[in-house]
Formats: sequence, C-alpha cells, structure tokens
Amino acid sequence: MRPRWRRQALPGFGLTFGVCASYLFLIVLIPLAALALKSATLGPAEFWNAVASPRALASYRVTFGCAALAGLVNLVLGPLLAFVLVRYRFPGRKLVDALVDLPFALPTAVAGITLTKLYAPNEPLGAWLASLGWKVAYTPSGITVALIFVSLPFLVRSVQPVLEQLDPDIEEAAATLGAGRLTTLWRVVLPALWPAILAGFALAFARAIGEYGSVIFIAGNMPMVSEIAPLLITGKLDQHDYAGATAIAVVLLVTSFVALIAINLLQLWTVRRRSADTR
Amino acid sequence: MSAHLPRKSSVALRDPRWLRWSLLAIALAFVALFLVLPLLAVFGYAFEKGLDVWRAAVVDEEARAAIRLTLLVAAIAVPLNTVFGVAAAWLVTRYSFRGKGLLVSLIDLPFAVSPVIAGLIYVLLFGKQGWLGPWLADHDVKIIFAVPGIVLATTFVTFPFVARELIPLMQAQGGDEERAAITLGASGWSMFWRVTLPKIGWGLLYGVILCNARAIGEFGAVSVVSGHIRGLTNTMPLHIEVLYNEYQRTAAFAVASLLALFALLTLVLKQIVGWRMRRIAATEPDA
Repeated sequence: MRPRWRRQALPGFGLTFGVCASYLFLIVLIPLAALALKSATLGPAEFWNAVASPRALASYRVTFGCAALAGLVNLVLGPLLAFVLVRYRFPGRKLVDALVDLPFALPTAVAGITLTKLYAPNEPLGAWLASLGWKVAYTPSGITVALIFVSLPFLVRSVQPVLEQLDPDIEEAAATLGAGRLTTLWRVVLPALWPAILAGFALAFARAIGEYGSVIFIAGNMPMVSEIAPLLITGKLDQHDYAGATAIAVVLLVTSFVALIAINLLQLWTVRRRSADTR
Repeated sequence: MSAHLPRKSSVALRDPRWLRWSLLAIALAFVALFLVLPLLAVFGYAFEKGLDVWRAAVVDEEARAAIRLTLLVAAIAVPLNTVFGVAAAWLVTRYSFRGKGLLVSLIDLPFAVSPVIAGLIYVLLFGKQGWLGPWLADHDVKIIFAVPGIVLATTFVTFPFVARELIPLMQAQGGDEERAAITLGASGWSMFWRVTLPKIGWGLLYGVILCNARAIGEFGAVSVVSGHIRGLTNTMPLHIEVLYNEYQRTAAFAVASLLALFALLTLVLKQIVGWRMRRIAATEPDA
C-alpha cells in the first residue's frame, strides 16, 4: 500500500479546471461554434453551390494535390534525413539538426516571399529551371515547393525519436541470420518506422492544406489553376460573402479532421496487430 | 540518448560505404536546397542595395509601428497561453476525471485548424455581419479590423504550444514532491512557486519560446482580422506583404530579415533549453 502522503490529494483542481474550461470555451469552442452555426443557417442548396462551384472544386484539386505531393516528397526525404541525423556522425550534424526546425521558426510570409524570389523566372535558380522547361514560381509546382518547406519538420521530427529508441539487437539478429544491410534496412528498420512516418505525414498534410502565408506569394493565384482553397476563403470574405467563406472552411476543416482521425485509427490498429504478433 | 545508439564495434550495423555516402549526399542536398538556400537568400535580398537602404526600410515610421504592434500582440497572447498551459498541464497530469481525454484533444484542436479559418471564426463572431456585430457597433467596440481581433486570432493559433510541452513533462515528473510539500504544511501557492515552478522551469521556457515564435510570425489568421490599416493594424508579417505587393521588394526583405534573425535566435534558444532539459532528465534517478 502506498504511504499516506502519497495518497494526499493535491490542491488546485477547482482553480485549474475553472481556468481551463472557461479559457477553452472563450478562445476555441465558442468561436468554432460560430462557424458551425453559420454553416447550419445555410440551406442545403446554398451550401452545395458554394462548396461545389467549379472554381471551388479546382481550388480543392490544387490544395489537396499539392499538399499530398509535398507530403510524399517529405515522406521519402524526411525519414531519410532523420536516419542520417540519428545514425551517422558528420561535421555540422548538430547544425543541420537545429536547422530542421527552421520552417517552424521562420514566419510563413518571410518564407513565402523568399521562395518566390528564388524561383522567379528572372532569378538565377528560377531561370535555370525555366530553361529546362520547368516553371516553378506562379504555378502549382511553386505551391508544392512552399508546402515541402512548411511541412518538412513534421516527418523528420516524428521519425527521429523512434529511430533513437530502436533496439539495435533486432538489426544485429537480422545480420546474423544472413540479411544484407540493405535488406535489413528495408525489411527490419523501415517497418518499425511506418507508424511514425504515417503520423508525420498526416500532420504534414493537415498543416499543408490550411497553409496560407508561404503559398500565396509563390502561387500566382490564378483561379482554376493555382488558387488554393484558403485563398478562396479570404477572397469571399473580402466580398462580404460570409456564407460562401464558411462553406469552404467547413470542407477544409472536415478534411483535416478526417486525415488526423484516420491516422490515429491506423496507428491504433498497427499497435494492436504488433502486440497480437508478439503474443 | 547516446545509450541507444548502435555500438561502434558492431560491424553488422555499419552501412556499406557507398550507402552511407549516398544517403548523406541526398540528405544534405535536400537541406541545402530547402533550408540553407532560403535562409541565406533572405539576408542576401535584404542587403542587396546596401546597408543604407536596409536601414531606411527598418526605421521607417510604418515599419516601426508594425514592430510595436507585433510585440504588443505577442506580449498579450503569450502570457495568456502560458497561464492556460500551466493550468491545463496541472489539471491533466495531477487528477483523473471524466472527459480528460476529450480535454486533451480539445487543447490540440487549434493545430488542425487552418490559420485563415482561425481568423474567419472571429469575423463570424465579431464582424459587422457577425453574431455579435450589431451589439458591438451599438456600444462602439471594435474588435475586427482592430487590435483586439489580432490578439484573439494570435491567441487561438498559439493556443496549444505551452500545454503541449508541459503535459508530457509533468506526466513524467509525477507529483510526489508536491504531495510532500502539502503534507509538510505548505499552502497551495507556495507549493506552486517553490516546488512546481522550479521543477518545470526549462520545459515551460521551451513552450514559451515556441509559442512566442509563432505569435510573432503569424500571418494567415491575422491577415483575415486585421483589415491592413497602415500604421494601425499591420503587424510585421502584414507590413512585409504590403511592401512586397507594392514592389518595394528590397524594403520587404529588409523587414523580413529582422524576422529571420528572430527565427535564428529562436532556434538557438530552443537548442540551448532543449539541451538543458535533456541533461536534467538524464540526472534524475527514475527518469
């Protein structure tokens, strides 16, 4: 039995509960409820017209397509970078490790104007790419570049701690049993990383579909071609079309919630399957 | 951390040389292209036309107003979220009650909301055609297109940062020292100031640094509620947008270089504080 002082209740339940509940309601829940209420006041036809107009549909294609593409690039390169940072020793490793957080620390507007200028057709890098037939700035490619920058840390930082905790004995066992190094990495290390990779991907995707500041400068913002859904929201707000803005916002919100919930379920399922396997 | 690294002696875990070099080359090329190049470019573009042009853009009246507003907004939003973060972490890690799982998910909710939507919800609530708009107009209170709206939107966007850092830390630390303090007759507040706060200090600072960085740099949410009134409701990121769209590109990059400098400072502080936290965690007996 635990000693008596260990069972002592700590003070502050009422105070912290009161602070948390009221602050959460004031800042987060009541404003979000305003969004839900507003969308409830739209008739089904009005909602559908706003959500499924050709221009809105094109903006979802751009937003979700570029976010998925950026996520896939980071899905490959993020874990690779994490692996290099955890397993290899090279000069400047600590610096590179710290730099991975740059996209979290650098304001998105700063990233936006800088990437735009770097990839603009009248600057060296942009001109060189354009001469290869690849226009980056003011096209969906530019949006993807900005989203790769913004979502890069998610995949590195979700995989890194798992790699650090990975038991080297399993890899040694694989090697002892005759597996080549590449086979070991592919069949032993990578499967252990999948849940973390997927979680990182979901976070990156959810962040990328809502991203605004880093994208609007480089996107060119041509309706039907390079206009992202968040920009459509601000455009409708500028025209005082609150209903239209709310409808698009609901689509974006539901998509990011679904992505995050799907990943949670998938992770739960992998953990269950793992523990069933080891039994 | 180093305890989990593969032992140097284990030949089996050593990757073949060609693999090492190619993975390293790909990773470093990725970092160079996507992180180092943009970072250097900000400063390159800012000083393109010399130090005087840079200085003129930074000391400009509107730039100074934007800097003041940005600092003011952070000075309100960050302390609010810090107090909330400490209270939430204490509540979640020290008591069990119904709905705790829901509370933890709700704390994370703002991370899943697009910044533009974070601005939109306040417009729907306080805007001219919003739910409370007519009442606010009658009482001559301006929230949207004014400073209070910017503070609210920033607070929403930075809401989870401090709580998210503290919850795992305080969970790992446990409450035995606090229980001992209470048993020995300490009051609730003196327990908090003399036991809890010193215990969580570095973790709290870590969360505050992240929260502050996001508060200073927030663009989407603030852009929706600000109205872009020069000298009044333009924060630094919005001021950069205005300059950039008016083709005052060098001036835009000059102000941007201040924010980039601040981002570098954030990374350095984060590294130092993170290192202190790991060292303390390593010296704790049952960590």
